[in-house]
Amino acid sequence: MASSTEPARGTAPRTGDPSSAGTLLTAADVGRVIDRMAHQLIERAATSDPGGGRGDGTAGLSDLVLVGIPTRGAPLARRIAARIEAFTGTPVDVGTADITLYRDDLRMRGVRALEPTVLPDAGIDGRLVVLVDDVLFSGRSVRAALDALRDLGRPRSVQLAVLVDRGHRELPIRADFVGKNVPTARSQQVRVHLSETDGVDEVLVTEGES
Amino acid sequence: MKRHLLEAADLDRADATLVLDTAAQIDQALAGREVKKLPTLRGRTVVNLFYEDSTRTRISFELAAKRLSADVINFSAKGSSVSKGESLKDTALTLEAMGSDAIVVRHSASGAPHRLANWVRGSVVNAGDGTHEHPTQALLDAYTIRQRLGRLEGVRVAVVGDVLHSRVARSNVWLLHTLGAEVTVVAPPTLLPVGIGSWPVEVSYDLDTVLPKSDVVMMLRVQAERMNASFFPSAREYSRRYGLDARRVAALADDAIVMHPGPMNRGMEIAAEVADSARSTIVEQVGNGVSVRMAVLYLLLGGSTQ
Repeated sequence: MASSTEPARGTAPRTGDPSSAGTLLTAADVGRVIDRMAHQLIERAATSDPGGGRGDGTAGLSDLVLVGIPTRGAPLARRIAARIEAFTGTPVDVGTADITLYRDDLRMRGVRALEPTVLPDAGIDGRLVVLVDDVLFSGRSVRAALDALRDLGRPRSVQLAVLVDRGHRELPIRADFVGKNVPTARSQQVRVHLSETDGVDEVLVTEGES
Repeated sequence: MKRHLLEAADLDRADATLVLDTAAQIDQALAGREVKKLPTLRGRTVVNLFYEDSTRTRISFELAAKRLSADVINFSAKGSSVSKGESLKDTALTLEAMGSDAIVVRHSASGAPHRLANWVRGSVVNAGDGTHEHPTQALLDAYTIRQRLGRLEGVRVAVVGDVLHSRVARSNVWLLHTLGAEVTVVAPPTLLPVGIGSWPVEVSYDLDTVLPKSDVVMMLRVQAERMNASFFPSAREYSRRYGLDARRVAALADDAIVMHPGPMNRGMEIAAEVADSARSTIVEQVGNGVSVRMAVLYLLLGGSTQ
């Protein structure tokens, strides 16, 4: 099941030819990709448990916190958490961290409205935090999120999960969990739509500036 | 948003709501964390230009700017070249030449921030000008009402006391009207401004009839420093007719709140037991002031400059 959405070209997106415009992932694809990422996170949580893990796949889940980066990382994190709970029966803590106030490009655009920052009551200190975002592009959002996390607490470890990695990094950042690698041209737009925010699940590649 | 915040009328409903929502997000983001500092305004300079005494407003603006990592310069007229006769314009141009991005100004002359806004390139925030306006106080009051009651639309607010001299009352009336609240001003006729008929408010001279119909009672400070004529016979009589004591509070609805912008004259416009009661939001208002001023500074300075 999972292999059907794995890219055939390998993991480095920029080695391939740019995708042509159109629908990259349908609603069913998005569901499958989220399921696969949930399974990978269950495995990672089990093996990275400081207690060594009990081997049943749920040992480190109480240690795990999924922190979504608004706008679409937030519902994505909630969905992955819901799938993890469906697969294992163990609930997973979810939060959101708005990064607007930490961005390095604030002065380059008009002022932006803020999104919520909500962390689980147990906090993030000493835990395995997985940042969740929809598209990994320049890496600047992730850098801002790392800066925000630094002020929010001190996780044991921070990892990154993204639905789509489209390449063109401007910073030395890579994702630990990737739903789909997509080779793109810099001029293309990758749009992730989720039913919570956009009424439909899909990933589109469009040409040119938005 | 406009480049300056000079009066409550600078904010339309969408802008005012954006400020309140931004303040709420900032509050939520900073709640319970150890490092109460954001890097947002790193490298920007905010000048607090205070020609009039202030405790909470100046400290609140200073804290707000510092929490956003801006550099803050505090300027008070006392001990500066103002005492050598330097004008407001020359002082402002001097500060701007030193690289200020925003000037937060308090001045005893109504309209001083408007003049200032024509002279400088940066943003100007009115932190109280004479008897004219104090928009960030109105924003933090609206924020406090929304936080306590969950809404602003249709909320009945009584603004009680020295409306004539109160910039807080003026800003609140306009902002609360913009946000859909129903405002009644209650004061002796001598403490109502000429032209009150053109304000979007009801007017009453009798506090006792207004209290049972109010969700919010906002007491104003009797401004002894601006009382250059006899506006009422004696402090005792004022307090009897317009002071908020425990007996009057008993007439309020169960979830009604009592506000005061501070500083209070305990025993004059508000009884100590009322100021310290659970209905009182006076301490919350001060805390909310920092969040609201952070939101204002972020929205004015956080984006690109043209």
